[in-house]
Amino acid sequence: MPIVLERLNYALQHAMESDERVYLLGEDILDPYGGAFKVTRGLSTKFPKRVLTTPISEAAIVGMANGMALRGLRPVAEIMFGDFLTLTADQLVNHAAKFRWMYNDQVRVPVVVRAPMGGRRGYGPTHSQSLEKMFLGVPGLKVVVPNSLGDPAELLCAAIADDDPVLFIEHKLLYTCPMSVSREGELVDFQIEQTQGAYPAFTLRPANTPRLTIACYGYNFELVRSAALELMMEQEIFVEIVLFSQLSPFDLEPLFLSLERTGKLLTVEEGTRSLGWGAEVSAEAVERLAGIKVRRVAALDLPIANGKNLEDAILPGLQDIVTAALELAAR
Amino acid sequence: MDNNLALFKTMLVIRRFEERLLAEFSAGKLAGTTHVSIGQEADAAGIFSVTDPEDVVFSNHRGHGHFLAYGGEPYRLAAELMGKATGVVGGRGGSQHIHWRNFYTNGIQGGIVPVATGMALAEKIKATGKIALVFIGDGTLGEGALYESLNMAALWKLPILFVLENNRFAQTTPVEKGVAGSMPGRFAAFGIPVWERDSTDVLEIQSAAGEAVGVVRSGGGPVSLIIHTHRFSAHSKGDDPRLPEELIRIRQFDPLIIHGARLSKNDREKAEADAISSIDEAFLRASADPLPGLTVEVPASDVGRSNLEI
Ligand SMILES: Cc1ncc(C[n+]2csc(CCOP(=O)(O)OP(=O)(O)O)c2C)c(N)n1
Ligand SMILES: [Mg+2]
Repeated sequence: MPIVLERLNYALQHAMESDERVYLLGEDILDPYGGAFKVTRGLSTKFPKRVLTTPISEAAIVGMANGMALRGLRPVAEIMFGDFLTLTADQLVNHAAKFRWMYNDQVRVPVVVRAPMGGRRGYGPTHSQSLEKMFLGVPGLKVVVPNSLGDPAELLCAAIADDDPVLFIEHKLLYTCPMSVSREGELVDFQIEQTQGAYPAFTLRPANTPRLTIACYGYNFELVRSAALELMMEQEIFVEIVLFSQLSPFDLEPLFLSLERTGKLLTVEEGTRSLGWGAEVSAEAVERLAGIKVRRVAALDLPIANGKNLEDAILPGLQDIVTAALELAAR
Repeated sequence: MDNNLALFKTMLVIRRFEERLLAEFSAGKLAGTTHVSIGQEADAAGIFSVTDPEDVVFSNHRGHGHFLAYGGEPYRLAAELMGKATGVVGGRGGSQHIHWRNFYTNGIQGGIVPVATGMALAEKIKATGKIALVFIGDGTLGEGALYESLNMAALWKLPILFVLENNRFAQTTPVEKGVAGSMPGRFAAFGIPVWERDSTDVLEIQSAAGEAVGVVRSGGGPVSLIIHTHRFSAHSKGDDPRLPEELIRIRQFDPLIIHGARLSKNDREKAEADAISSIDEAFLRASADPLPGLTVEVPASDVGRSNLEI
């Protein structure tokens, strides 16, 4: 039963085999260690010249990847923890995202920056955050997030083949999730629609009339679908799920289609609630579809505690989603 | 062309171009901001006289001189400064964000250094024989990304020349308030050899640059070239804390006068007439050009050369 980690590792290997311009850069990514989360395991053995272990220099890792991309290579940079993306912000925002447009479309910057995000591993305030919201809405920068429903390998290969910069966010808990296709039976109650394109959005439609739509991405899909099953089994409330792979720039068309059926939107994310992804998605939905009701589930506006009970209280969990869905359904 | 004359012409075109630029700003014909390199022309002229046209160059906010010495057209640069569709980057980048052939600039201090270092790595990987050059100022010695790059360039023996133009000021901050310790020591700490000149004599700079570039090109890894120089104009337009006496004193280092003395009066006058007329023509032609329109395109998930099938 393949897990997400294996698909990501396979994608890197496949990309390196099929395109000699692909190089990996990152901290501690050489075998036998193979990276803090093992996504690059085996690759330095297979491609010793193309897997470059770097000093602890996040700005230069992404900066050099930008330079390599401008000069015809396809670098994939790993940032050991997504929290450290703050150190790469200048390179992502003022360099990678700008070059194509400010140079009048004379260059492309095919760089991928991968970073593990998210909590519930007990890593505390600086190794558990979901900071992707800081990089949403930057013109010229795509933010892409894998999930267990689509194939993370296809998604990562598409990001590497993309001629524009892609920030690829991998939730730490997603790594060990088995692929949905192999979890037979879990999704039989849903009909699944998928948009065209490299970074598809999925709409999961229940057999009965849905009462609300839950929008989510990445690892939170695991929680959302458990919540959906619970709501269905215990409350006979049916929900539609819209699962995004590309957060920015965004195409919310599949969400609007779903909301035309349900009129109620619940967004679920692990980043902090204020000024976040759910806020923007809700605003777009409300501007587009008059009269819909919205609610957000997200982390509290606090740093993430180290201790498990506090961390659980800060991050949104299954029960938070169920409770919010029930309240929204009742409105 | 004779080396002395060629160097003089390059410096003169830069000087007259930037003087014209400042005049256009004062006359209200140009808006926004700009940084001129008047006084520092010997750096650009000397360095680009020893590089290969295929080398990869990352320049900074004070990059007009580098661009012109690299071979960029005054007309395209003038058009860019005017925001014209015919500008180097169609009016999108302006003074500090341009790209032409293998020449790039960005207005972010420090951030361009790792990018240039990555370019050097790419050229090394592709075995093209090209080297990378990156330009920084004394003030940029304060940026951390620089030191990450020096470390990695040295570790990986990358073909890159770090050019430090120390014009003794960062905007209004004198080096005494901005740079501790030793400038060469900052490169030497990473095992990067240093060529250092306190000079505005283009011949001295040409010979130092020639040696430094030679080491990089022969696979000797990264090298730094430190040039202590003088900026005659304000940082951008009106921001100059220096006393008038000081501005007069440093004019003795004028690279055009120092090097011009090596040429005949006739050659100088001819070069002068050529420079003035070519720059006149460049500005005139550019001012008649159209402004660009705005195309708003949302590249939602436009995957380009998708040659990675799975
Ligand atoms: C990251 C960053 N910080 C600040 C600035 C604003 N700024 C532009 S030029 C400059 C001074 C740079 O000094 P130096 O590196 O000595 O170059 P010089 O202007 O003297 O050529 C400053 C502070 C900037 N462009 N980028
Ligand atoms: Mg300076």
